[in-house]
Amino acid sequence: MSLLEVVDLSKHYAGRPSLGDRLSGNRRTLVRAVNGVSLSVERGEILGLIGESGCGKSTLGRAILRLHEPTGGRVVFDGTDVTALPPQALKAMRRRMQIIFQDPYASLNPRRTVAEIVGLPLALHGIASGEEARAITARVLERVGLRAAQLDRYPHQFSGGQRQRIGIARALVSNPDFIVCDEPVSALDVSIQAQIIALLLELKRDLGLTYLFISHDISVIGYLSDRVAVMYLGDIVETGQVAAVLDNPRHPYTQSLLSAVPEIGAKRARGRVRLQGDLPSPLNPPPGCKFHTRCPLAVPACRTLVPETRGVGPGHSAACHRLEEGLSLLEGAR
Amino acid sequence: MTVLLEVTSLRTEFATRAGLVRAVDGVSLQVRRGECLGVVGESGSGKSVTFASVMGLVRSPGKVVAGTIFFDGRDLRQLSPEEMRAIRGRDIAMTMQDALTALNPALSVGEQMAEVMVAHDETLPAGRAARRAAIRERSVEMLGLVGIPSPDTRLRQYPHEFSGGMRQRIMIAIALTCRPKLLITDEPTTALDVTIQAQVLELISDIRARLGMAVVLITHDLGVVAEHCDRVMVMYAGQVVEEGPTSAVIGQPRHPYTRGLLASIPRPALRGHRIEPIMGQVPDLVGLPPQCRFHSRCPLARPECLVEVPMLPAGPGRQARCLRLEEPA
Repeated sequence: MSLLEVVDLSKHYAGRPSLGDRLSGNRRTLVRAVNGVSLSVERGEILGLIGESGCGKSTLGRAILRLHEPTGGRVVFDGTDVTALPPQALKAMRRRMQIIFQDPYASLNPRRTVAEIVGLPLALHGIASGEEARAITARVLERVGLRAAQLDRYPHQFSGGQRQRIGIARALVSNPDFIVCDEPVSALDVSIQAQIIALLLELKRDLGLTYLFISHDISVIGYLSDRVAVMYLGDIVETGQVAAVLDNPRHPYTQSLLSAVPEIGAKRARGRVRLQGDLPSPLNPPPGCKFHTRCPLAVPACRTLVPETRGVGPGHSAACHRLEEGLSLLEGAR
Repeated sequence: MTVLLEVTSLRTEFATRAGLVRAVDGVSLQVRRGECLGVVGESGSGKSVTFASVMGLVRSPGKVVAGTIFFDGRDLRQLSPEEMRAIRGRDIAMTMQDALTALNPALSVGEQMAEVMVAHDETLPAGRAARRAAIRERSVEMLGLVGIPSPDTRLRQYPHEFSGGMRQRIMIAIALTCRPKLLITDEPTTALDVTIQAQVLELISDIRARLGMAVVLITHDLGVVAEHCDRVMVMYAGQVVEEGPTSAVIGQPRHPYTRGLLASIPRPALRGHRIEPIMGQVPDLVGLPPQCRFHSRCPLARPECLVEVPMLPAGPGRQARCLRLEEPA
């Protein structure tokens, strides 16, 4: 059984209606940040969740932990329906489900010492207190490459990479099974980014962790994930084993995303697809397939009918009307 | 190709409470007419301050303390503020990383474009109506050039009404209004999504080819440099550490830092292999001794490296700041 099962999860936000909306009697505007997403994460795997800004990937990560209360759908973690848990039981469950945030500057309280920040989950979950908590905290700090001597320092005394290590220590201290890594290396310089990625992989291997790894960086996702899910405007448009999705992307959005990444080394093997236009507003997403406004392969049906997710290979699925035709933007652009 | 910009031994310092920070320490570089130079480095490497110095945009407590900046035959450091203002925006233009803060939120896009022309373009007609018509025509043309749909209506809109990619295009349009000889673009795509990033970079390459201007592309992304730049300059802790043709530098990096940087980039092709991070951190720039700045993180470092290292020849058209170039990694 999967460690994490997400079924038809939604998170909607009510927006402020514009004057035009009010005049036309249309009083409710709704942003469907996560729009009925289903996915599963197996024990010990890294599921990479990729998408551009505003696609809802961070909201999805937070809705899974109920940091943002989902609007609909279910999250089943290790056989327990997290979405149905009362507050006390949810708190206990959070010991096993943790998160690492993107911004190592904003996500640490500047007025608390490292010992307080990292040790807080121990107190919250009643795991340890006093000298024992301090000893555990020191051990975790050393595990992430910091020194026990740094316990009484404040976040501003650390560099960005070191702060991200503090954030990782905080997530690890309650001994979780599952961690949502929400763009944990996006704010870091290349050489520091590599240090943190190496650390996260080492921790996963040694502690038997499972990650949902959220990133906009295809190179990072392609390097460390076992499986990948591609998100566009609140929907997952393609999922599969990392090799299948990267080598044989089937959704035109995945294809254009991959071809947009600048490559180092010899001339690019693939053609380049140049997407026209911007991401549509999530307040007013296009009807039918949400990608049709930018899709070079769109046909009239794409403007009205929402495509269903269909299997295209072992464990590989995509949501596009034109899958059967085996079209590839990458072929055309070669 | 003749040299358009030649910077020699540039030094820019910032007086801070912690002490004197030498943000740019002896940087020399050349940009030839029509070429694209990539400038790569991590935060604090001095890449942005180097070009802010070229533009005369370093403000107190920062100060350009030494070096020459020859642009099109004139030393920009010798010019008066008025003379510099005439060059800035007309002959050298710069775009900033964050378009939302760089654009004025209280002025429409059309007004911001007009400002540049009013300041720099002597060919504008004298009559008021004719002048306005000429400015408008050129603005529409520039917005069209950078791929903004229905430019005549968009001119009346304000920066917040545009998406991030569109704002970056507007900044490029403003920078290009006076057909500069050199466009300095500081992290033009860092704040943008990858599909939009590809659009903006291709736009810059297209326009460079069409207008024959030189481009300096400041970035932390070696992938962007690999695809768009003729030559590349790698900076570390305020100094240039390696410089040469892009394909040579990226294909066969000679400096241990360049090599480490390339090895740290995660790629799908490296799956299952350990990436090799560069250990440690960038040194504190306050009171650095005159010696190789990378030695504390360098796998090749030896006691001999604790001396001031000059740029040394490292192959055809290439230089690197390392005493151990001849030895294999």
